[in-house]
Amino acid sequence: MWKLIAFRLLKAIPVLLIVATLTFFMLRLTKGGPFDQEKPIQDEAIRKQLLAHYGMDKPLGSQYLDFITNLAQGDLGPSFKHQGRQVNEVIAEAFPRSAELGLWSLAVAMALGLAAGLIASLKKNSFLDYCPMALAMIGICVPTFVMGPLLILSFSLELEWFNASGWNSFKDRILPALTLGGAYAAYIARLTRGGMLEVLSQDYIRTAHAKGASPARVILHHGLRGGLLPVVAFLGPAAAGLLAGSFVVETIFQIPGLGRHFVEAAFNRDYTMVTGTVLFFATLIILFNLIVDVVQIWLNPRLRST
Amino acid sequence: MAILEVENLKTWFHTRDGVVKAVDGISFDLAPGKILGIVGESGSGKSVTVHSLMGLVPQPPGRIEGGSAHFDGSDLIRCAPRELRAIRGKRIAMIFQDPMTSLNPYLRISEQLIEPLLIHGLAEREEALKKAIAMLEKVGIKDAAERIHSYPHEFSGGMRQRVMIAMALITDPEVLIADEPTTALDVTVQAQILRLLKELQADLGVSVIFITHDLGVIAELADRVVVMYRGHIVEQGDVLSIFDQPQHPYTKGLLACRPRLESTFKVLPTVSDYLDEMEVDGQVELSEKPDAAAHIESLQQVADQEIDENDLLLEVSGLQVHFPERAGFFSAPKGVVKAVDGISFTVPRGSTLGLVGESGCGKTTTGRAILNLVAPTEGSVQFAGQEIAGFDAAAMLPLRKRMQIIFQDPYSSLNPRLTIEQALAEPMAVHGIGRHHAERRDRAAALLDEVGLDARFLRRYPHEFSGGQRQRICVARALSLEPEFIVCDEAVSAMDVSVQAQVLNLLKELQLRRNLTYIFISHDLSVVKFMADTMAVMEGGRIIEQGCAEEIYANPSEAYTRRLIDAIPRDSVSFIRERVG
Repeated sequence: MWKLIAFRLLKAIPVLLIVATLTFFMLRLTKGGPFDQEKPIQDEAIRKQLLAHYGMDKPLGSQYLDFITNLAQGDLGPSFKHQGRQVNEVIAEAFPRSAELGLWSLAVAMALGLAAGLIASLKKNSFLDYCPMALAMIGICVPTFVMGPLLILSFSLELEWFNASGWNSFKDRILPALTLGGAYAAYIARLTRGGMLEVLSQDYIRTAHAKGASPARVILHHGLRGGLLPVVAFLGPAAAGLLAGSFVVETIFQIPGLGRHFVEAAFNRDYTMVTGTVLFFATLIILFNLIVDVVQIWLNPRLRST
Repeated sequence: MAILEVENLKTWFHTRDGVVKAVDGISFDLAPGKILGIVGESGSGKSVTVHSLMGLVPQPPGRIEGGSAHFDGSDLIRCAPRELRAIRGKRIAMIFQDPMTSLNPYLRISEQLIEPLLIHGLAEREEALKKAIAMLEKVGIKDAAERIHSYPHEFSGGMRQRVMIAMALITDPEVLIADEPTTALDVTVQAQILRLLKELQADLGVSVIFITHDLGVIAELADRVVVMYRGHIVEQGDVLSIFDQPQHPYTKGLLACRPRLESTFKVLPTVSDYLDEMEVDGQVELSEKPDAAAHIESLQQVADQEIDENDLLLEVSGLQVHFPERAGFFSAPKGVVKAVDGISFTVPRGSTLGLVGESGCGKTTTGRAILNLVAPTEGSVQFAGQEIAGFDAAAMLPLRKRMQIIFQDPYSSLNPRLTIEQALAEPMAVHGIGRHHAERRDRAAALLDEVGLDARFLRRYPHEFSGGQRQRICVARALSLEPEFIVCDEAVSAMDVSVQAQVLNLLKELQLRRNLTYIFISHDLSVVKFMADTMAVMEGGRIIEQGCAEEIYANPSEAYTRRLIDAIPRDSVSFIRERVG
């Protein structure tokens, strides 16, 4: 197991290097740069100095070398837009907020999704199946930029239970977490239902019944493990996405998180910021996929021998 | 006094297409300490019967419409779920058909073995574990104390069935229900499991209901026999009288359709040679065909085909298939698995070579290597005088038309999303047979007709067919390219004996009509003897004995061959008379 983890972490290095290289060159291939604005900087001297300050006067090859050298030391470089600040600092400041929102959303998604999926699978083809599954379908179809404002409209503006935006008290976490977690809950519910139905039709479930096990024991002891494997597989990339922040939800609820930086940096051609956030996101994905693989091996003994 | 009395049991399934009367008013008794065999083909209602007793029928769509099953003062059909749970797994235990899927793959063997003891409060964990180890030893698993902590996937099929038996018997039940426990196993493993069950039954005095589609197994084991057909019991009696003087035409058909080592049939009798089914006012009436006896007589007279021993279609010499054995993706090969290790044989045109052996002996790999579905490591394969060993896909393409294969599992070897017409027309389209769509459809219809299916079936999908019908479709698909040579890889192993007889007859008939050459791969020697002219016995990737099939059966020179022959269930009346004593 430890060998597997070490091996996978080693494999992550070339992956990240490729991601970094691709982002670096693709950014520079796109039209416009960090200092191209509606009103271009007229003074050639200022412009030159600006470029020199960020090392952009050097040939592309040596810029790339500098970038990789700094990257190897964990330095993502200075932000082009956030003046005087390092990309590392910006991420370090924004990530905890996104991560907190992500964790709450994940909790919402798991609680709602697992419960709905389990009930639906146990009461197949009844009202308790159709109703949560229809809700889940709606949850998948309605995008967060519709769900968010709808929640604000009803719970903040009409009922005045919550603030419409901001990120100060615990109550401010509820609406964004519901918006973001709701969509994921819908996927989890459908995956849980499918996985459980698959497992509950297996021969070994019949064996468990034949032993005289109670229905609860059959479901919890024999069914759940196999039934949740598809959910676990989905949770890896989902958790990475949730923790890295959602541009839409962070914008709707005015949360200064990482998701907004991600998108804004791209618009601003903030080269270092984009590469930084992309690499950060890639690391999260690799990390969570690794965790998922470890959990899957723990859950499924058949994977252990290979 | 019977330990279990089933009376007028009716279990119906309410489906969208109407009511299926899976079990329709059956009654039988289980005598204490005896083995009751329930025999019948797929769909006869034998499994539904025992599932009804155990409360394992999925409801809906199933519903028990009536009847009773008295066991020690309780009616299993009507008692409360809690009461039934207290009986099931403790006093009435069950083992199932497929040991590969009937054990929970996520839990250790130890967990699953002690579960019945824990559920029914018969022992504490530590004591239960000791009992489980003792039980595992009893069912013949060596190093039980260590192996008990393995997971199911670390055990072979036969071992898993032993674990299932241990799990069922660990609570010392009064009744054991065995639902086709050996059907998914090799003949040799089946023989071991049957022997084990017999020993344990005698040792523990448990009463057994044993379900099977194979009367041969019944002959080895049962004291009393219940014959089921279409949800009814058509005949029941003690084992000797059923085999010696069967009354019902269905029983007669079932007894006759099993290929026997001693029989000389060139065409196997089938159930439909004996049984007439007439529908009268929605009720199916079963009666015996008036000319059955004469017809069976005539089957013995069918002449064999003349084979020219010098006209060799296939010559294999020194064939080897080695697979590298690796510890991980990047690590160097640890060694090689010699799946096929230097074998040679020839097959004359129009004849059948039988390839027999246990699982893992290399017979399947041999079949695939001849067709270049796996790459041979060394050796030569000459097909119609042309050396083809190691041909790549492009070079094989023109040959694929002439060499076909039929696989074991007709359920997974047909694409569920293609209609039968598409499945049959696809190989023709690939090889440019038939100028256009309509012509290929006509050919497909003719093929269906040739394998005994209705041309109207062309628009249907595989799931609408039974296993036997699907295998006929697979045969039709193989024939669609008009091949000269077909590898039949365990083509009838997954089938009921009654369906098996039909498919075997079909393959023989087609061979005569089209002068086909077969390699017939099977673990069942009686089937191979019926099909094959020459035979090769494989063990550990080598051929240990080959020659004329009849002679090998009469005088096997190798102990291994002897063992394979002995594993075939004995069902002669004299054997049963001796056994029942």
